[in-house]
Amino acid sequence: MIWEDFASVDSLIHHLDPRVKIVLVFLFSVVVAVSTRFVVLVSALALGVCVTWLGRVPIKGLLRRLAPVNMLIIFLWFFLPFTVEGEPLFSVGPLVGTHEGVLYAARISIKSNVIMIMLIALVASTSILTLGHAMHELRVPKKIVHLFFFTYRYIHVIHREYLRLVNAMKVRGFRPGTNMHTYKTFAYLVGMILVRSSDRAQRVHNAMLCRGFRGNLYSLSEFSLKARDVISLILMLALILVLGVLEWTRIT
Amino acid sequence: MDKNNLIINLEDISFSYPGSPPVLDRLSVELYQGDRMGLIGPNGSGKTTLFYIIMGLLKPSSGRIEIFGRPVKEEKDLRSLRQRIGFLFQDADDQLFSPTVLEDVAFGPLNLGKSQDEAKAISRRTLESLGLAGFEDRITYKLSGGEKRLVSLATVLAMEPEVLLLDEPGTGLDETTEKRTIEILKDLNVSFMLVSHNIDFLMETTDYIKCMTNGKIFVDDERIPHSHVHVHEHGRYAHKHGPV
Repeated sequence: MIWEDFASVDSLIHHLDPRVKIVLVFLFSVVVAVSTRFVVLVSALALGVCVTWLGRVPIKGLLRRLAPVNMLIIFLWFFLPFTVEGEPLFSVGPLVGTHEGVLYAARISIKSNVIMIMLIALVASTSILTLGHAMHELRVPKKIVHLFFFTYRYIHVIHREYLRLVNAMKVRGFRPGTNMHTYKTFAYLVGMILVRSSDRAQRVHNAMLCRGFRGNLYSLSEFSLKARDVISLILMLALILVLGVLEWTRIT
Repeated sequence: MDKNNLIINLEDISFSYPGSPPVLDRLSVELYQGDRMGLIGPNGSGKTTLFYIIMGLLKPSSGRIEIFGRPVKEEKDLRSLRQRIGFLFQDADDQLFSPTVLEDVAFGPLNLGKSQDEAKAISRRTLESLGLAGFEDRITYKLSGGEKRLVSLATVLAMEPEVLLLDEPGTGLDETTEKRTIEILKDLNVSFMLVSHNIDFLMETTDYIKCMTNGKIFVDDERIPHSHVHVHEHGRYAHKHGPV
């Protein structure tokens, strides 16, 4: 479910134009993703932490959101040090961990966390609705924006239908276990949700046709760039540029 | 009645869903300007199907459809027609698809080619006329059932239709919201066809009621004696009530 719990905080970051935030997150992520030098990655991490602090992102919530990403990364730490060739660093029984392997895993860990932190600080501080409109303003293809909006609108309806079905199962004494009956019931549940969603989509489309829909959705919100937005944009672009220069010119 | 005032004229319409017996069986119905027609009938009697056929969302297997004096045959005819007929869906979640109330109400007017400012003004006016002022920025999925129904009505009325098709507008509403809906419908200055299971709701909002069974519409004006359970003091002694 979508809770938008960061979007209601009041901070400098929350008042930035959402278009500026999307552009910055995009550029920042690209630069960080292709960087390999630790000096760049650590600077990026510092920058991410600063923005998080400016955005008054609650630490607990932030860590909760980072947890799933790091679950995946833990697995990388199990394999990468032993599978990348290079200088031996340590050994666990017959397995030899390499210097290069550890560095590789460390790089991936920092990169993914930095990008996630920036994404949470900038994008999660915006309501879904505003994000959609900002995407529209940034000339993101109409179909993607529509898909985004409809997902947001109907995920709740589908979730409610799911809960209704689950309750209907519960009141008739269904208790999940490891058996054929459970698998079959869950398969029915998923199938039912799919069928209902498809029916719903048909009805929504009909309702739209009845109101003269011709393939255009209109946005009523307007954005305006303020001095604050321009300054933040320039400042952040400069910092991202510095990261890029550090990476490619290999200064110290 | 004057032929010029005939808004909806269906003749001998038949329709069946694949693999099922016909839902509509050579059905004929006429709606004139200013009519407020109620339609009552058991579940599955084809009331919603009838509305879908009028809106051109389903194609009848046979019969003739004439709306606003013109035969409806192709998709092209439907476009302009749908702008003049407002259809209120049974489930408000089908009707409200925009994130905010204002955007949803403005969707119709924008489709009609109104400018953003005009569409906003029309939407605000419509919401206000339904007592929904201040709802503009509410998130549609967070509205209560009754609010959703009223906002749905606003989305339809914002297109300034000449005739309304209302599919069970009173179902699932609490007493207060139902009363409010009845008042709103009574005050509307448009012709409409209203489907409902609730005879009291129909009696209050419509001028006449037709019945629908076995795929046909007919006037049921037979007077059936019936009794109500009622309670008052001295009720244990045999008594008569004055003419009602």
